[in-house]
Parts: sequence; structure tokens; C-alpha cells
Amino acid sequence: MKLKLISAAVAAMIAAAPAMAELTFTALSYRTGPYAANGIPFADGYQDYFTLLNERDGGIGGERVNLVECETGYNTEKGVECYESTKGTGALVYQPLSTGITYQLIPKATADGIPVHSMGYGRTSAKNGEVFRNIFNYPANYWDGASVAIKHLLDVNGGSLDGKKIALVYHNSAYGKEPIRTLEELSKKHGYELMLLPVDHPGQEQKSQWLQIRRERPDHVLMWGWGVMNQVAIQEAVNIRYPMENFIGIWWSGSENDVLPAGDGANGYKALTFHNTGSDFPLFDDIQKYVVGAGKAAGAGDQIGTALYNRGLYAAMLAAEAAKTAQGIHNTGPLTPAQMRDGMENLEITEEKMTALGLPGFGPSFKVSCQNHGGDGLTAVVQWDAGAKQWNKITDFIAPDAEILSPLVEADAAAYAAEAGITPGCN
Amino acid sequence: MFYREAGDFKTSYKADSQTFPIKFDRYRYYAVLFVAFALIPLVINDYWVNAIFMPFLIYSIAAIGLNILVGYCGQVSLGTGGFMAVGAYAVYKLMTAFPEVNIFFHVILAGGITAFVGVLFGLPSLRIKGFYLAVATLAAQFFLVWLFNRVPWFYNYSASGQISAPERTVFGIEVTGANTDAWATYLFCLVFTFVCALIARNLTRGAQGRKWMAIRDMDIAAEIIGVDPLKAKLSAFAVSSFFVGISGALFFAVYLGAVEVGEVFGINKSFLVLFMVIIGGLGSIFGSFAGAAFLVLLPVFLKNALVGGLGWPTDLAAHLEFMIVGALIIVFLIAEPHGLAQLWRVAKEKLRLWPFPH
Repeated sequence: MKLKLISAAVAAMIAAAPAMAELTFTALSYRTGPYAANGIPFADGYQDYFTLLNERDGGIGGERVNLVECETGYNTEKGVECYESTKGTGALVYQPLSTGITYQLIPKATADGIPVHSMGYGRTSAKNGEVFRNIFNYPANYWDGASVAIKHLLDVNGGSLDGKKIALVYHNSAYGKEPIRTLEELSKKHGYELMLLPVDHPGQEQKSQWLQIRRERPDHVLMWGWGVMNQVAIQEAVNIRYPMENFIGIWWSGSENDVLPAGDGANGYKALTFHNTGSDFPLFDDIQKYVVGAGKAAGAGDQIGTALYNRGLYAAMLAAEAAKTAQGIHNTGPLTPAQMRDGMENLEITEEKMTALGLPGFGPSFKVSCQNHGGDGLTAVVQWDAGAKQWNKITDFIAPDAEILSPLVEADAAAYAAEAGITPGCN
Repeated sequence: MFYREAGDFKTSYKADSQTFPIKFDRYRYYAVLFVAFALIPLVINDYWVNAIFMPFLIYSIAAIGLNILVGYCGQVSLGTGGFMAVGAYAVYKLMTAFPEVNIFFHVILAGGITAFVGVLFGLPSLRIKGFYLAVATLAAQFFLVWLFNRVPWFYNYSASGQISAPERTVFGIEVTGANTDAWATYLFCLVFTFVCALIARNLTRGAQGRKWMAIRDMDIAAEIIGVDPLKAKLSAFAVSSFFVGISGALFFAVYLGAVEVGEVFGINKSFLVLFMVIIGGLGSIFGSFAGAAFLVLLPVFLKNALVGGLGWPTDLAAHLEFMIVGALIIVFLIAEPHGLAQLWRVAKEKLRLWPFPH
């Protein structure tokens, strides 16, 4: 009882603490747990961008940004606790960085009227904004990724995948299962044979899967992995001498953490991405000056310029741009979650905007609308150069195969609408 | 002074063998029930129900269930997570197949299905004991999780393999889905927790519970005095799994709303519930509640105190939380190997003598 009383006092203190005049953003990050190695750079990038805005511009549109960080450890129950404890603070948008937590938040956030931005993860059919009013997954989703991977393979194979064998090594969870349906549809169209190899959480044990790959010799391997699973898979691929240029990972399998442990063997490994890599952008000079120089870098400050750091930065940039759009639409400084939602729905990212921000060519240009919460799904392929220890972008941003994807998105969104009793529409 | 038998005259056997024979205890129990049923629903909000009360109530049911098996019948089980998954998937299939039936009955039916599965996995307990049985139930844990991940029928062929609870009502008030009120979900879980605890308490102090305890203390002696080990062990598995199944069903349908079996009902869940039972006290209903409270509330409290109160970085707080909880578990188990329930018993003994100890 005493414990409850104390925690009541503490909880009340938290609820009362933040001042409402600021723009509150939340980061449901995971700096601990089995996926911490990937969670830390993302969280650092997200935090540093908002720190930069506060330090350099005094916030967004004159309003300072208050970033509330909550540790989930990639655990769904902790994610729920984080959501409940932060939603009362006027949080404008949630970025759960976990497909499991995103699925939890879709109905909850919709009921509470708070937008969720699941950038490159979560439920793919959230692209249909008429059904998922508060959920956004621009600029790309898993089905876009699967389609672009196949398109890239078509390019590599001279335009035909007929009779080829493609293996999918995936995290045996909601996240890893996402691309299967798309890849099956695409196999009908392009005539390749799909081989499914699930890997159970956390993915440290993959001997049998790679033995199978060694035996059946698929022409290409795709991977939907996260955390330690990526490192193990790449190491196993090196061990069986699988040609690295035939091995493509989704964007969550394309960070430095994944390829560095395999050393030179990982040279040539490919991954998808929806934003650029490296720190060769004018914005990073500002980060050095205002954030690192001022001693305000998040975490240990050693992640700047890594793939996942850039992704966190990109997520924060999109959130800040959406907030600016919302301030423009409603002609106000302080925002409510509903206004933020409008801002996200009318977000337009152009090359000029990115150049003005100091991030020229950092991501694809896209436009969000009520019908399309997912952008255009433009995705590029990067390749690991083990000698220089960097990712090199080897293609432009490629558009996915909308002909296959649109019906799938429609069907899945319609199924969700029927299940949840939602009438699709823009009002 | 207040807490004593003296002066509290019982005139019937029924009154003499009631759960709380001491008047002070009885009134305290009624007061707790009154606060839980009548006062908390009036003041509760989303944070309190989702972060604190609902996990506490649901884990309490699971801990009571496991306590019957481990604490009362002496059969070690590491399959709790798997059995909770059975409850969750059973209630999901029932909810989607028979939407017109009240969710209340679905939850109970899910418990029944889990009881059946529990008996199946309890069959090896007739031949093997102790650590070996723990390994056999561990197999149940892995098999069930694998099954729910592997067979698409269980998740209605959804693309991601996630199950999500549709909206269901009780007396016209929503208890599952997104648009629930805090008090409604709280009361729904509270009713189940109260009834489960009541049933468990009365089962364990009756003939059935004595048979279980006889098996626990020495199975050969129990057999000689006429306890059928087959019936006793399998009934313990059935009753235990029934409660665990109900907790799994509530965990999915009311608390989380969307579940992925490998992540939510993995081996960690089995250990968590087992730790609740051990820390709370084996063979004690109160201990199940105390253990669940300890392991649910302490991390939340530490997080709020360290991050919210002291403003420390979240990762440092999360690591410290593991260390503090772990250290406290060790301290508790060294200071009182019989768990929090024993501390409570000792406190009551002291209270009897207070304020004039010998």
C-alpha cells in the first residue's frame, strides 16, 4: 500500500511536470535490451535533431521542443506503459520503433486522436489514410521494400527472374512476416521460386537455415532481420561463402552494427534504404557546432553519421516539418495532436525543402495526402564497402511496383476496416 | 490489542472455519474489497489501469494458477507462458467465431480449453518428477508458441501473424478494443481476479487442496493413505491451467489488445510468473498477490522515481532497475525464503501480541 502511495505521488509529479506551452515530442526508444545496439543510434539521431532545433532556431516556429524519452526495451508491455504515461503530456506524435508496439498503438492512438508515425515499419496497410486516419508510414513501407528489392534483382538479372530461386530469411514475428504476401504475389508475376526461412527471436541460432541455403543454393537471399539476427546472418553467409552481392537486407538489416562484425567478408552486402547515408551534409556541420560542440549530444555521441543515426535524424526532420506544416495550416504556434495530424497529412517534402534544411538529396521527395499516408515508397539500394567502412548508394530512389501493391494495401485495409468497424473516408 | 481471537466467539463450525476467523482481519478484507470495487473505479484513469492495476490483477490470476500447481501440488511447471498463449488464442478464436456470445463466457471457455491442454501436458507428471517434469513443461512452452506461430488458422490467416481483439461489450459497456473506459476494463479484470481467488482459496483449504498438499509433501505416503495421484495431479494441472488460461485471455483481450505470441508469451513470461510465485510465497493465495504486486509495481515505481523524479537518463534507469529488482529478490529470498506471504504471517503473529510482547 505504501508503495502504491509513493508511486502515486511520483506519477502525479510526472503528470504535472511538463509545461504546455512547448511542443512535446515523445521518443519510445530502447537503449537497453536485446535490440539496444540498433535502438541507441536511432534514439540519438532523433534526440540530436530536436536539440539542434532548440539550440539553433529556438525550436519550431518559435516554440521550444520538449522531447520526452521513454525506455521500452522493445517490450510491448513497457511500450503500453510508456504510451499511457506520456499521452497526458500533450505528446504530438508517437514513433514506437517496434512493429509490435505499433500494432498496440494503432487502435489506442486512433481512439485518443494522437498520430503515430511508423517510418518504414508497422502495419503496411496504414498507407491507406481513409481507414487509418491517425497512422502514417511515409516515406516507405515493407511491401515497397520487398518490391524494390525484386526490381533491383530484375535489373541485376537482365530483366527476368524466371526460374530463379529467392530465399527470404526473416525474423519470425509480425515484422518479419510482413513481406511474405508481397513476395508471393511478385513471384507469380516474375516466375521466381520463393523459399521461406523463419528465424526465431532473438536470432542467435541460424545454423540450420544457412545449411539449407548452402544445400539449395538460392540465387538471391533477402533478409528481414533486426538486432543480433542481422550480424549472425551475415556472419553465417560469410561462413558458407555465399556471394555477398546476392544478399539484400531490408533497411533494418543495413546498419554498421550488422556488417562490421563480419569484417572484410561482409564486403558487397546490399541493403535497402529510404534516406541517404554518411555525414557529408551541411546539416551535420550545425550538429557538430550546436549539439556536439555544446556538449549536448545524446547518448555517448559516437553514433553520428551511422545509418540508424541518420534514420532517427530523418524521422525527427519529418516530424519537425510536419509540425511546421501544421503551424502554417492552423496559423498557431502551440499545437494539439489533432493539428499535428493535419500537418502530417499535408506534409510535402521537396528537394528545395531538404536543401534549405541542409540535407540535399537526403531522402526522396514525396507528398502525403488523406488517401495516401505512405508516400511513394521510393527506396534505394546501398552496398557495404568493408575497406572504407561505409555504405555506398548504388542506385537512385526506385519506385515500387504499384500495380501489385495497391490491391494488397486496399484488401488489407478493407479487412481492418471491417474488423474494427471503421467507415473509410476523409472526414 | 485489536488483532486477536479473544472475545470473538464462534457459535457454529461454519463460523469457526471461515477464511478470516479474526474479526479485524475480516473487516480489513471487506474494506479492501470495498475500496477495490467501489472507490478505485471512481478515480482511476488510463495510466493507472493500463500501467498498474490491469497487469497486477491479470498476473495475480496467473500467479494463483501457478501457485496451485507448484505451491500446493508440488509439480514444477515452466509452461505458464505457453498456457497463457492457449488462453489468448482460444479467446481470440472464440471472439471472432462467435461474436454474438458475451466476452465473459468466452474468457471462461478459454480457461476451459486451457485446462484441457494443461491436462494433456500434465500427463507426463504421472511418471516424472521434479526437474525432469520442469523440462517436460518447458517442452510445452516451446511447442505451444511454435504452434501458434506456425499454423495460420490460429491467427485467422492475418498477414503479420498478430492477433488483435475486436470490440466486445458487457452490459453494453465496451471492455475490449480501443474505446474502453478505464473503470470498465478495471472492473472486468477485478471481477475475474476476485472470483478466481475465491475459488482457489476454497479449493485449497478443502478436501481437494489437502490431497494436493499430501501429494506435494510425499507422494508415496499420500498414495498409501488413499489419495489417487492420477486424479490429484491431473486435477491440479486442470485447475491451474484454467486460471492461467483466464489470465492469458484477459492479458490479450483486455490488457494488450494485440499480441504476438513469441514476444508476449515467450519463456520470459513463464519465468516471470514462477518468480512471482516464489517471491510471493509457495502455497499461499495472498503470496500470489504479493508476488505479482512486487514484480509489476516495483519496476514501474523505480522507473517513475529515477526518470521522472530524479531526471536520470532512461537507459541508466532501465539498467539500474534490473539491478535493484534483482538485488531485492536476492535479499528477500535470503531474509525470508518462504516469500512475502511468510513476512505477512510473521507480522500477524506479532500483531497478536502487540503491544505487550513477552
